[in-house]
Parts: sequence; structure tokens; C-alpha cells
Amino acid sequence: MDQNLKTELSKHGIFATSFEELYNWGRKNSVWPLTFGLACCAIEMIATTMARYDLARFGAEVFRPSPRQADLMIVSGTVTKKMAPQVVRLYNQMPEPKYVIAMGACAISGGPFRDGYNVLKGIDRFIPVDVHIPGCPPRPEALIHAFMTLQDKISAQHLTGESRPRHLKADLPSEFPVPAFGEHGLEPAQNDEVFLNPLKVIQG
Amino acid sequence: MGKSLPIAPVEHPWATIVVLLVAAIVFGAIPLSLAWLWARFFSPPKPGIQKNATYECGLEAEGDAWLRLDVSYYLYAIVFLIFDVEAVFLLPFAAAFSGLSLAACLAMLVFLLLLVEGLVWACQKGVLTWA
Repeated sequence: MDQNLKTELSKHGIFATSFEELYNWGRKNSVWPLTFGLACCAIEMIATTMARYDLARFGAEVFRPSPRQADLMIVSGTVTKKMAPQVVRLYNQMPEPKYVIAMGACAISGGPFRDGYNVLKGIDRFIPVDVHIPGCPPRPEALIHAFMTLQDKISAQHLTGESRPRHLKADLPSEFPVPAFGEHGLEPAQNDEVFLNPLKVIQG
Repeated sequence: MGKSLPIAPVEHPWATIVVLLVAAIVFGAIPLSLAWLWARFFSPPKPGIQKNATYECGLEAEGDAWLRLDVSYYLYAIVFLIFDVEAVFLLPFAAAFSGLSLAACLAMLVFLLLLVEGLVWACQKGVLTWA
């Protein structure tokens, strides 16, 4: 529907919408995160849900203790190589549509522990991340911003057509391979179907 | 045929209830069927081995759910129960202490002594040491 026509109609008190918009509006305002804290960033995540920052304003106050009921995984903190298989398995156990916010320097790149032998250099090596937030730790406002970014992303998703998101494509799997402990860290070290290797991106 | 038929059919006394019942079923069925239809087109099912597996906080489930638990805790539980009941008796004893006769006081002390003896006996038997 033409945007100008819609604003013209709304001036006369007529509200026009499409199923897609209505559906996405409902979805983006009821994103339930998984109760899942990994490190110090989790404290900021908890603060975000409490009365001062009040994530409930965005319909996301219901942190679900089971992945079966959750829509959003906030990877809040350092992902160690010991923990990475569990993170991926939890992600796999979430029903579609599911979203991931990588919160903080550790979750997006390994952060200050990047050179450590036991730290995963970013969870985007194994699962698709929708929003990355930098910071060590990011302030609750940053998490709220990331959440609003995710809401914008959800409301822009199409129900039909080739550009529809992964969860609407029946042939694409909802599970991602869980890494195993190998002799030298995790095997495989990354899931090449998900991970955008910066070196390869730069080289073209 | 002496009686003439009524012009309007007589309403059955339960007709209203039937109408309400049908309305209630339809009222519930319409959103459910709409949701079912929506899910058919816009929520392709994607089952998987891990997705359908037992949820164990991200770990793989191991072993059998039918475990045998150690029974040695039951002795602790019994001793606790006895002294719990003792506390119930001690409270009215303490509340009425100043007004008690000597005989009542002695009776209470004998009761306490018996329980303390029991505790010493249990301790000597090694009930209170975890093994």
C-alpha cells in the first residue's frame, strides 16, 4: 500500500494496514528472551530488565527459563570454548523464529580475552547473530538500543517472496552444527556457512 | 383432529442453552482455526534431533532418569523430626515457665533428658557422621 495514501487516510481517521505489518507488530512487541547469562554483561542485562531501565516497555520482560518458549538469545558475556557447544545446542533447541543479540566485546569478538587459549572469538562463528553491541560491558541503554534495532529488523521482515527470513523457508534447517572438543580447541573452529570471516571479506 | 396446531412452534425450554453452547464453541474455534491456518502457511515446522531432545540446560542428557538415591539421609531426617517435635513442646514450656509447679518442671526436665540421652546414643552409633 502506498505510504502517502496511508498517511492521507490516517488524517481522516482511517487506519490501514496489512497482515504482514500487523503480524510483525505483534511479533516485535512480544520477543521473549532466554534466561541465559554468561558473564559480567549478564549483570547489565539483568539491570535492563529491572524497574530503572525497564525492558518491559518493549514487551520483553518475560525471560523464559526454557529455550522452548524463548524467541531471543542474548549472548551476554564471554563464550568459553567449554561453553560454546552448550550455547549452540540451546540455540538449536529454540523454536523458530529466533534471534540473537551478541552483547559486549567478548560475545562479538572475544574481547579482552581474545588471545586466550580457551575463549571463543565471537559467537557469530557458530550461530547467526542479528545485532552486535560493542562495549565492556555495554550499558543497559545500549542493550535497549540493540533491542530496538532488533525490533526494527523484525518489523521489516517480509512474509512472502525470496527476501523472506530463514524461518519462513521450509527447506532451510533451524539447527546448526554443534562444535566438539578437539585436540586444539573446537572442531570445527567455525561454521563457514554462518561466519563472515573478516579476512575473506576484505580480500573479496 | 379436534385440536388445532399452534401457529408459531413452541420454543423448547433448552433452546437458549443450545444456542449459547454453539456460540461458545464457535467463539473458541474461530481463533484456533485461524491460528492453525496461519501456522500452516507462515510457520513451517522444523523438527530436529537436538530440538526434540530432552532439555538439560544445553548439555546432552545422560543416563537413565530412574536413579536410586542413597537412603542414609533418612536417619538424619528421623533425628531432625524428633527434635522438631521437642521444640514444639519447649515453646509452651518456656511461655508458662514462671507459673509452673515443681512437679511439672521436673516432668519436663525428664522429657528433655530422655531426648538428650537419645541424641547421645545416636551420636555414639555414628548416625550423625555422614558415610
